Amino acid sequence: MKKQVPLTITFIVGVVLILSVFFPPVETWGEDFSLFFDIIAVFAFFLGGGNLIRVHTERIAKKKKDWGFSIITILGFLIMLAAGLFKLWNPGDISADVAATGSLFQLLYDWMFNPLGATMYSLLAFYVASASYRAFRAKNRDATILLIAAFIILLGRTPLGMYATGWIPESFSVLQIPNLAIWVMTSPNLAGQRAIMIGIALGVVAMSLRLILGVERTYLGMDID
Amino acid sequence: MDCTGKSQKYTYIAILTLFLSLLLIISSANAVNSEVLVEDTTSAFIPNAPTYVTATDYKYDRGESAIVKWQLSSDDNSTGKITGYEIFRSEADADNFVSIGVVLPGENSFRDKSTENGVSYIYGVVTLYNGRTSQMVLSEPITPGTEIVNWNLLNLFIIGLLIAGSVIFFITHAKRGKKLFIRKIAGLEAIDEAIGRATEMGRPILFIPGINDMDDVQTIAGITLLGRVAKVVADYDIKINMPVARSIVMTVGRETIKEAYVSAGRPDAYSDDMVHYITDEQFGYVAAVDGIMVREKPATCFYLGAFFAESLILAETGNSVGAIQIAGTAMPAQLPFFVAACDYTLIGEELFAASAYLSNEPKQLGSLKGQDVGKFMAMMAIALGVFGATIAEAWGGSFFIWLDEFMHRLFTITN
Repeated sequence: MKKQVPLTITFIVGVVLILSVFFPPVETWGEDFSLFFDIIAVFAFFLGGGNLIRVHTERIAKKKKDWGFSIITILGFLIMLAAGLFKLWNPGDISADVAATGSLFQLLYDWMFNPLGATMYSLLAFYVASASYRAFRAKNRDATILLIAAFIILLGRTPLGMYATGWIPESFSVLQIPNLAIWVMTSPNLAGQRAIMIGIALGVVAMSLRLILGVERTYLGMDID
Repeated sequence: MDCTGKSQKYTYIAILTLFLSLLLIISSANAVNSEVLVEDTTSAFIPNAPTYVTATDYKYDRGESAIVKWQLSSDDNSTGKITGYEIFRSEADADNFVSIGVVLPGENSFRDKSTENGVSYIYGVVTLYNGRTSQMVLSEPITPGTEIVNWNLLNLFIIGLLIAGSVIFFITHAKRGKKLFIRKIAGLEAIDEAIGRATEMGRPILFIPGINDMDDVQTIAGITLLGRVAKVVADYDIKINMPVARSIVMTVGRETIKEAYVSAGRPDAYSDDMVHYITDEQFGYVAAVDGIMVREKPATCFYLGAFFAESLILAETGNSVGAIQIAGTAMPAQLPFFVAACDYTLIGEELFAASAYLSNEPKQLGSLKGQDVGKFMAMMAIALGVFGATIAEAWGGSFFIWLDEFMHRLFTITN
């Protein structure tokens, strides 16, 4: 029973979702199943929030290593939750928009959450530099090709590329670095990306069929041996 | 005398000024009159109406749209005499026309996406010019209805059927015990080595299933691999840490690891804390996972699922703490980051093939073989399309032009 019920649900939902693409009368069924997922996800949020509180409260109680961070986590969670749930400092009443201008929720979001997110995102610039440094070392033939392609793209996307090769006559304009960069992006790069996309699409079809037909059961914790 | 001469001079200047002023006034008055004349002429302009207005049910839907077509007004030309067409609709049994849209000059069709299944409508079209309209031309009444099959997607259906058919065929084929050759995937071969390294170092394993929910097939693929990884982890008695960004993934992850520990005969070693929720927010999650990496210094990091901008931040942090890293995603934009920062990367389809590959079960491996048939068909279609398009462009020839158009139609989805 424990095995058969989830496999049957998977089969029915999978088949209906496929049929809803090709048969207009059952089109809404597919949309309904997506809504069911959203409803389940809303209830599951309580599980997530509860788990966060439990894990960090335990860390604080047992004074585990770096338990101070857990205090910040719980405080952040509770303050944001209260600001949103009770609409603290909201210029309107409780029925007003949760993110109304001047509300505590909006202030926390604009002045704390957004800058913190942007800070994490901006780290990407430094990581791109360090990853490029490792990836673009001309250790072998493939890495050398990668290095040359990257060099062309980087130069082609800056004014320096045009400045360095703008003198090349119009009849040989394909050799100008910005044009070479466009060619690299629209020909070899796009061809490679499309090949990967075709592989992914086929992989998704095969994986979906394995799930629908019940051949793949590992996600249910079955057949792991 | 001098005085008289001077006064005469001033008199002449005054008369000349008066004369010029009069001329100016008369010419201005003429200009105003002519403007009024132009305005008067234009105000009389009523654009000609469009002709032959037809309405048809849009195929193939649930009666939710209709197509209105017309022949352009004779005033619809480059002189800019008209400013567009306005489309009206009324239920067939009520003379109650309401505007449903405006299109620019030169356009001769409109798709009404707000019809109701089974209700009869009449459409009317007028030509517009600066707020003035032509006479309304009406269509015959139509009743949008539901079609049983969406024949617009016939090509997709056939392609899907061929690929799905070959996958099912090879699954059945493999069940009969036929040997299938599957190429080695370095990233998957390295899983045991990576877990072994964690055992030797006595450090934990970090498993990141991406930041999407369970409705993403990439997350499911990641979870299927988690089952295999968790089984080895349970065997070797190592710590596994799985921070997640979605509550449902947390529940599924726990269940999968629990089952793996049970199947390894060590249910007592399992703990719910192995999988814990952090936040749904992308960069909040990244900050927390980076913190875990820096504090716990895992020996092995798995990134298997759907990743976005956080891919490189995670992989570079993992690299900086000296972890062996295995990544897999079907996000083409994130693959270069993983390739640059991780030791092994499962590229696109390899992520979906991973569970089948590791299971070594004939029926699962059969699905991979079916996938190869799909790849072969894609290769043939590309070769045929390139060949047809090149010959048609260079030398023409009705067959090659037909082939080129056929290949275009075959891979174009209209809905």
